[in-house]
Amino acid sequence: MKLKAPVYSIAMLSSAMLAYEILLMRLFSIIQWHHFAYMIISLALLGFGASGTFVSIFQAAFSKRFTAVFLINIILFSVSSLSCFLLAQSAPFNPDEILWDRQQSLRLLGIYLLLALPFFFAANAIALALTCFHQSIARIYAFDLFGAGLGCFGIVLLLFITMPLHALLIIGYMGLTAAALAAWELKAERRGWILGALILLGSGMAVIDSRSQLKLSPYKELTQMLRIHGTDVVSEHSSPLGLLSVLQNHAIPLRHAPGLSLSATGEPPEQTGVFTDGGSMTAITRETGNPADYAYLDQVTSAAPYHLFQPKHVLILGAGGGSNILQARYHSAHQIDAVELNPQLIRLMREDYADFTGNLLNTENITIYQGEARGFISATGKQYDLIEIALLDSFAASSAGLYALNESYLYTVEALQAMLKRLQPDGYLVITRWIKLPPRDSLKLFATAVDALKKSGLENPGQQLMFLRSWQTGTLLIKNGPVTVDEINALKAFASTRAFDLDWHPDIQPDETNRFNRLAESYFYQAAEAILGDERAAFFDRYKFDLQPATDDRPYFFHFFKWSVLPEILSLRESGGLSLLDGGYLVLVATLAQAIVTSIILILFPLFFTVKQTPPINTISKGHVITYFSAVGLAFLFIEIAFIQKFILFLHHPLYAVALVLAAFLVFAGLGSSFSWKLLKSYSYQRAIALSLTGIIMLGLLYMLFLQSIFAFFMASAIILKIPLTILLIAPLAFFMGMPFPLALAKLSAAAPGLIPWAWGINGCASVVSAVLATLLAIAIGFNAVILLALLLYGVAWLSFPVKHSAKNASLTK
Amino acid sequence: MNHFLVNQHIFSIIVCLLLIAIPTAAQAEDPYAAKRAAMIAAIEMDVRAGYGNLERDNLDKKVVKALAKVPRHEFVPKNLQYAAYENRPLPIGHGQTISQPYIVAIMTNLLQVGKNDRVLEIGTGSGYQIAVLAELVDKAYSIEIIEPLGKRTKTLLQRLGYNNITLKIGDGYYGWEEHAPFDAIIVTAAASHIPPPLIKQLKPGGRMVVPVGSRFMVQELLLVQKSDKGEISTRQLLPVGFVPLTGKH
Repeated sequence: MKLKAPVYSIAMLSSAMLAYEILLMRLFSIIQWHHFAYMIISLALLGFGASGTFVSIFQAAFSKRFTAVFLINIILFSVSSLSCFLLAQSAPFNPDEILWDRQQSLRLLGIYLLLALPFFFAANAIALALTCFHQSIARIYAFDLFGAGLGCFGIVLLLFITMPLHALLIIGYMGLTAAALAAWELKAERRGWILGALILLGSGMAVIDSRSQLKLSPYKELTQMLRIHGTDVVSEHSSPLGLLSVLQNHAIPLRHAPGLSLSATGEPPEQTGVFTDGGSMTAITRETGNPADYAYLDQVTSAAPYHLFQPKHVLILGAGGGSNILQARYHSAHQIDAVELNPQLIRLMREDYADFTGNLLNTENITIYQGEARGFISATGKQYDLIEIALLDSFAASSAGLYALNESYLYTVEALQAMLKRLQPDGYLVITRWIKLPPRDSLKLFATAVDALKKSGLENPGQQLMFLRSWQTGTLLIKNGPVTVDEINALKAFASTRAFDLDWHPDIQPDETNRFNRLAESYFYQAAEAILGDERAAFFDRYKFDLQPATDDRPYFFHFFKWSVLPEILSLRESGGLSLLDGGYLVLVATLAQAIVTSIILILFPLFFTVKQTPPINTISKGHVITYFSAVGLAFLFIEIAFIQKFILFLHHPLYAVALVLAAFLVFAGLGSSFSWKLLKSYSYQRAIALSLTGIIMLGLLYMLFLQSIFAFFMASAIILKIPLTILLIAPLAFFMGMPFPLALAKLSAAAPGLIPWAWGINGCASVVSAVLATLLAIAIGFNAVILLALLLYGVAWLSFPVKHSAKNASLTK
Repeated sequence: MNHFLVNQHIFSIIVCLLLIAIPTAAQAEDPYAAKRAAMIAAIEMDVRAGYGNLERDNLDKKVVKALAKVPRHEFVPKNLQYAAYENRPLPIGHGQTISQPYIVAIMTNLLQVGKNDRVLEIGTGSGYQIAVLAELVDKAYSIEIIEPLGKRTKTLLQRLGYNNITLKIGDGYYGWEEHAPFDAIIVTAAASHIPPPLIKQLKPGGRMVVPVGSRFMVQELLLVQKSDKGEISTRQLLPVGFVPLTGKH
């Protein structure tokens, strides 16, 4: 009996696997931190790579028992997707201790390997199907990629309607469904028994899942807060944008007023804390009806602009729990517009906390917009007297450098330029950041503002800037016009009564600075002078943290780490030097090291012992095979990761961008891949490869030149238009990128089949490494440079295409 | 380096050597004495290398004595006792840490307490910091917000005989009015701002120290001083010998 390939089962499995990959990123953002996302992309690829090696070694044995092995691997995926995560989260891993405690690195490695397992099982099933049903490779590929694409979208929708841990169970069930489908598609014996077993397994998983809960790191803000007597989680709201936890404590009030002046006497009214993914707390404050209760909002650095002029129209980017709105209201702003990314937070304020906040968001002169700040700025036609970027991230995470890898399109030169355009003449753009020691954020922000003003054609940026700080927060004021003497005097009065230091204004004198919150030296003033003067480049060079302004091409505002300072910092480990490191960046470096080592051990090493050297090997250079497949593996993910990042700016949210860009790449690379087989019917290998690589390189160069302009043109468009446009832009590039790998494989299978496992293995290794390396490179040199590097790698691949020196150009005709 | 400082260094080295060479009888009682002495010697070296980022580049001899007396291993979980005298922070459960001994030493140094001073600590945690302070003053007060941790530490401090420490479980935001004003306040609990009541309860001429950063990494030490006239000023001190510009020491 001739069996058909189990394509529906494969589509379901791929869908579950991709959904799992994206869900893991969410789960790790909740229990640990955002930067583990890179680790997850890399470990998924490791699972794939290791599976390639594994299947190629046991191919013969597995093919004989295809149905059983296929089913078992799917079931193993299903069971391990739930259990491996639950096990991994119970490992007492604390990234903060990595440099103190060697066990932590081992635990990280353990988590890495454990979570690669589900991907390994799923990839085994797919690879085995591709091997055993090689006559329907194109069909399997199509279903595989279609399913994967669907999984990317499906999980985003799923996260809107269910809690993350339930989503994990649903993914497990998708795996079990894939197994059931396979049993029918493959006409397995005793299907009734199999179905019964699957149902039993599913019930077991449901029991385990219902008894489990997310184990947040004990050092996350939410966990810390929950230890305080009387604190309860009142409600939880999940969406792809984050898990919101609302906390209340009637015994010990929450008092959130970061940066409060030491001369302040009041305290905030009753507050409720809202945490996103267990961190970044924002406070919802009770309406008491007595304006004096909000006087504390005049005792923070961000209140400064209200003492310079009376802004009529205020825009707040990042409404959060509404503190900045209350601050604007306290200072009698006429119209307040506020932008908030998370619709669930808006709903919470408007509905559940409507009474608590005195219907703050339903007040006549307050308008709330749901959306991303940068997108709002590009779309709005309004002009404002005051635009304020709220301080919503948490100090602890910021001080530990945990945002080092977070791209932010809010603090780039281009972003500030766009905001300046939305200011009325003499209006102010005001940005508040946490103060770090030695200074980092505030200095980089100052440099970014200077660049934004210069690029907007203003010759004396120093005349338009003022900077003040408390011990905890620093506020930069950027005026759309020269600052006047009256404004300087008003700011001086504001600052001195609150013991804030004024470290920059156009007429500043050195002895005015660093008076109240004294640092070893007047770092802020000195840096401002250097940044505005001729010594800027030398100053950046000599400063031990990276202060180069962030740009849309290199949107890592929070990245300050310089490798040259690492030895000094490590030597100061015991004398309090570790806070000088950006924790997030180091996790990425550790992940890269881990990716290199594990991929070599699990993917390449086994091949040394098991792959037999077949005779045709001498006709094709092994060196060429290695170069070609590493170049293609590295280049593909360089481009994919760079595009995900570029489209975050366009689509305004990381998770949407990841889901859409990944899905588009998968589907169109799949189409390109199946097209390449057809291409070989009429073209030689060389011509086919030349066609695909020319396509990639031409399109890549075109995008490098014009993508920015295309984005700018459509930036203000509705998302409903942006989604098809994104797909349209990615489609041709992904289509061509899908070709080089199968083309070379086809060539190998004709000329040197013994090298195929190597080709898979090397490509797998390169992909694992590339996912992490792309981000490290982007931080250092920017995304355009990463894309350029990828195009060069495709060039290298072209030159090293495994050609048999003597052989004729045999095409794959059947 | 002036003559006085040289003398100070020589003195502290002698203290350390004496501690290391404490008679074997004492060592038999306290198997950790040698480790403790080595830890103190390491801390003193680090303090000296502070390049003036801190107020002083040596530890007060009283602080050295206090550190030598407090059995740090008693304040860490049993399974981590082997690391009690390593110069690193350690987890103590409840999401809390026992600070790195180096940081405890310099914070204690910064508080400049005298025998008759009243000290208040917000955030007792393991109890190690208040125990070190209790070696230096007659009366020490501490408030812990996490109930089980507070109870555990209270029992420990009683067992170790720290009768001059009064510990309360509760909210530290309003300080401890009953025993105020304080000559020195140390705020080791994370807060979004320094509570105004604590500033109020600081005696004129008093000092407050706040370590700022995350649990395992102290980024800076905030030193709040109240002048005799009641004016508030702060200094933000980097706890490490590091300058942000190359070629500048």
